[in-house]
Amino acid sequence: MYEGVIQHLIDELGRLPGVGPKGAQRIAFHLLATDPDDVRRLAAALIEMTERVRFCKTCGNVAEAEQCRICLDTRRDPAVLCVVEEPKDIAAVEKIREFRGRYHVLGGAISPIDGIGPDDLRVRELMARLADGAVTELILATDPNLEGEATATYIARLVKPMGIRVTRPASGLPVGGDLEYADEVTLGRAFEGRRLLDV
Amino acid sequence: MQGYRDDGVVLRTQKLGEADRIITLLTRHNGRVRAVARGVRRTKSRFGARLEPFTHVDVMVHNGRSLDVITQAEVIRAYGTPLAADYPKYTAGTAMLETAERFTPVEKEPAIRQFLLLVGGLRALGEAVGPGPDDLAGEPAGTPAGEAPRDPRMVLDAYFLRSLTFAGYAPALEECSRCGAKDKPLVAFAVAAGGMACADCRPSGSAAPAPQTVALMVALLRGDWDEAIRSERRHRVECSGLVAAYLQWHLEHSIRSLRHVERA
Repeated sequence: MYEGVIQHLIDELGRLPGVGPKGAQRIAFHLLATDPDDVRRLAAALIEMTERVRFCKTCGNVAEAEQCRICLDTRRDPAVLCVVEEPKDIAAVEKIREFRGRYHVLGGAISPIDGIGPDDLRVRELMARLADGAVTELILATDPNLEGEATATYIARLVKPMGIRVTRPASGLPVGGDLEYADEVTLGRAFEGRRLLDV
Repeated sequence: MQGYRDDGVVLRTQKLGEADRIITLLTRHNGRVRAVARGVRRTKSRFGARLEPFTHVDVMVHNGRSLDVITQAEVIRAYGTPLAADYPKYTAGTAMLETAERFTPVEKEPAIRQFLLLVGGLRALGEAVGPGPDDLAGEPAGTPAGEAPRDPRMVLDAYFLRSLTFAGYAPALEECSRCGAKDKPLVAFAVAAGGMACADCRPSGSAAPAPQTVALMVALLRGDWDEAIRSERRHRVECSGLVAAYLQWHLEHSIRSLRHVERA
């Protein structure tokens, strides 16, 4: 237990996700030993983030203007919409450099046990985006866990009467892994989604 | 480091640190257990989908200092797969898991009847197969082939009534909960009194359910599905409301998932 400013900093750092009391202490003492200009730059970046970053009014992604750069990019295909749980999932899909459509961030997944239902997510906004008929394919890229699957099921059921093609990314074996360690659910999915090897 | 092996149903998972999760299990021999699954959130985790909610797993657990650590897990049955593909079933299933957690407030206190009831309830909800060899009396059984599919909400209500019974809170449905009279007409359902009440004992403000609703509750408690399936929707809705109020009163806690349970 320290006193004054340093303890205050440790307490604040300890509130960050994944940072425990020991980690917070280590970061605080690292910052103390760092060049003050570097620390000021970090502080400025934090303040700038709180002042400038907001959520895109269309898709819910992080943005520095009313709309994010993906929604503003006219080269992106407006007919394909990929639904994800969090803005960080957009970054993951963007890394594959294959998807040229647009996104919609739900802000989480349906988890009744945690009190999160469809009304707590951006489902209504999604339905409003689909209403004009411009989207022809909806990719439900929610997490491949139980909450993500249930959320995808819920949205697919809502969208079905609209006649939009609804797809879900394939689940299966991770590239670079061993078959013997695959669990039954994943292996079952991989077999369900097997494809023809046309050589 | 000492460990133990047990089988249990995953009730809940919570993120921990960078890639870990705290897994809450209702086990056969050790009651409710909270244990860490290290690295489970990584795509290449050796646990894969084995520790997702609703999964019945055979686990090897090592005693840790504050939390136990899951070192191995094998799937006995993944009840989650059919449930996640059907929203009303999924919401009913999460209410079951939450209730099972609430009925086992003390960690590592054996609760085998609650465990068996949960396994039976999830099996009935998934409607995957008929009753298995390990079925015990008092469990809601799976839908036999050829029978009309059961309303997930009715399966949930049957689960609630039986878990209440195992916990010692069985509602009095065929006698007055206050005076014990069996020969008087029962006119009201009094949550605080413990079930139905006769006209003389009826507390003010108690509900007056339809006789068919009470008959449905009796059928669900006994597992008389032939009778239960014949019930009308309005009586099912009334039954669900009464059972939910009764459950939450006796648990002294609200079941958060109930708000999201959808009727098929």
